[in-house]
Amino acid sequence: MTREPIERVRIQLDGAAVDVASVGSLAAALLNAGVASFRQSVRGEARGPLCGMGICMECRVVVDGVLRRACVEPLRDGMVVETR
Amino acid sequence: MKADAIVIGAGIVGAACADALSREGLSVRVLESAFAGGGTTSRAMGHLVVMDDSEAQFTLTRRSREMWTDWAPELPASCEDQQGGTLWVAADDEELRAVAPKVEFYRARGVQAELLDARALAEAEPNLRPGLAGGMRVPEDRILYPPAAAKWLLERAGARGATLEERCEVTAVEPSRVQTRDGWTDTGFVIVAGGFTSARLLPGLRIEPRKGHLVISDRAPGFARHQLVELGYLTSAHGTHDGSALTRESVAFNLQPRATGQMLLGSSREFVDFDDSINSRLRDRMIRRALEYMPALAGLAAIRTWIGFRPCTPDNLPLIGAWGEAPGLFVATGHEGLGITTAPGTGELIADLVLGRRGALDPLPYAPHRAMDGHS
Repeated sequence: MTREPIERVRIQLDGAAVDVASVGSLAAALLNAGVASFRQSVRGEARGPLCGMGICMECRVVVDGVLRRACVEPLRDGMVVETR
Repeated sequence: MKADAIVIGAGIVGAACADALSREGLSVRVLESAFAGGGTTSRAMGHLVVMDDSEAQFTLTRRSREMWTDWAPELPASCEDQQGGTLWVAADDEELRAVAPKVEFYRARGVQAELLDARALAEAEPNLRPGLAGGMRVPEDRILYPPAAAKWLLERAGARGATLEERCEVTAVEPSRVQTRDGWTDTGFVIVAGGFTSARLLPGLRIEPRKGHLVISDRAPGFARHQLVELGYLTSAHGTHDGSALTRESVAFNLQPRATGQMLLGSSREFVDFDDSINSRLRDRMIRRALEYMPALAGLAAIRTWIGFRPCTPDNLPLIGAWGEAPGLFVATGHEGLGITTAPGTGELIADLVLGRRGALDPLPYAPHRAMDGHS
């Protein structure tokens, strides 16, 4: 039995093309790609997914110019993602 | 050792009472059922605003804002104190006609206020929609972060020897003594500053919880410069609890730029007892009201919504003074949506009353046993 290869999609992450595994939400893909900080707090501290279910708003990133919660954002080929 | 005074409640009002009493040299214990600044204080906007809806409200808000302004240089950065001013927005000519007398009212009493025409309003706040009639700017109004301000007042009182006991619920009060899980404790003066919970300790106290929603946005520095309040706010705030649909529930445009760059949006008012769930219908109505004034708000992401309960009295003035005939029992609550503003004047007045002297404020309009319209 052969395992199906994990599909990969290409996103624009902070201005660079990055191939990420298509493993579900944008947050999962970013974590899988090694992104540690999704945004910065007022005092410049790193922030990232906490609740993972769209409640805490900690993982918000800008997707195609609009603020989104990465944990409930579907992954799409060609999406433009900005962490802050 | 017996404390000179026990303050019940470590919200902003209890903290200000502890601060004022300790400044007079009294030994003070503050008993808080949960934790300091964690109740209504933590739900508030922290708009320090001089209000003109009655002479008594004006006097108390002006005196208190003066005190906050005097203290401003001492406030730590955590209090996020800033003097941004208030801009009262007139939507149409009818509202604008009411502005000139308001400006006169403030100026005649020594408070800076300016009338803005439509152009000056647009220049002051470019994100307001075109076509608004004008407004009034009160440049010396301020903004701060209420829980940090309460903590600072308690720390200042603490430096004079006052103590704070958290998770210490008071279950009953009498003149000069309070009951906790450890039994009765004697003191000189009891000051009940328990906000909307005060009626549990003082049956007959006419306080009702008046729920409000706040929504905060992601950071958008510079989106607004002043605290922006529609002139219709007074109608929203002062609809009384007479059972009519109009006044049991209301919203008004009230936007505050926080020091973090976030926009804090209010306001709603409703009487729903202690239902602390988010009323999404009323929250959405509140947001729609704001969008009528500032359509560009639609481009900001709302990241949190919360509710709080204002301690509301039938005549919208706080209850500050002796409770009952016997000496040794005082109340300081019922500040509705103005407790952060009016805490300093309240503390000062309580200290004057406890010491039996006449101070800056005439206590009569705030006397807890005054006759109040709407509840008889």
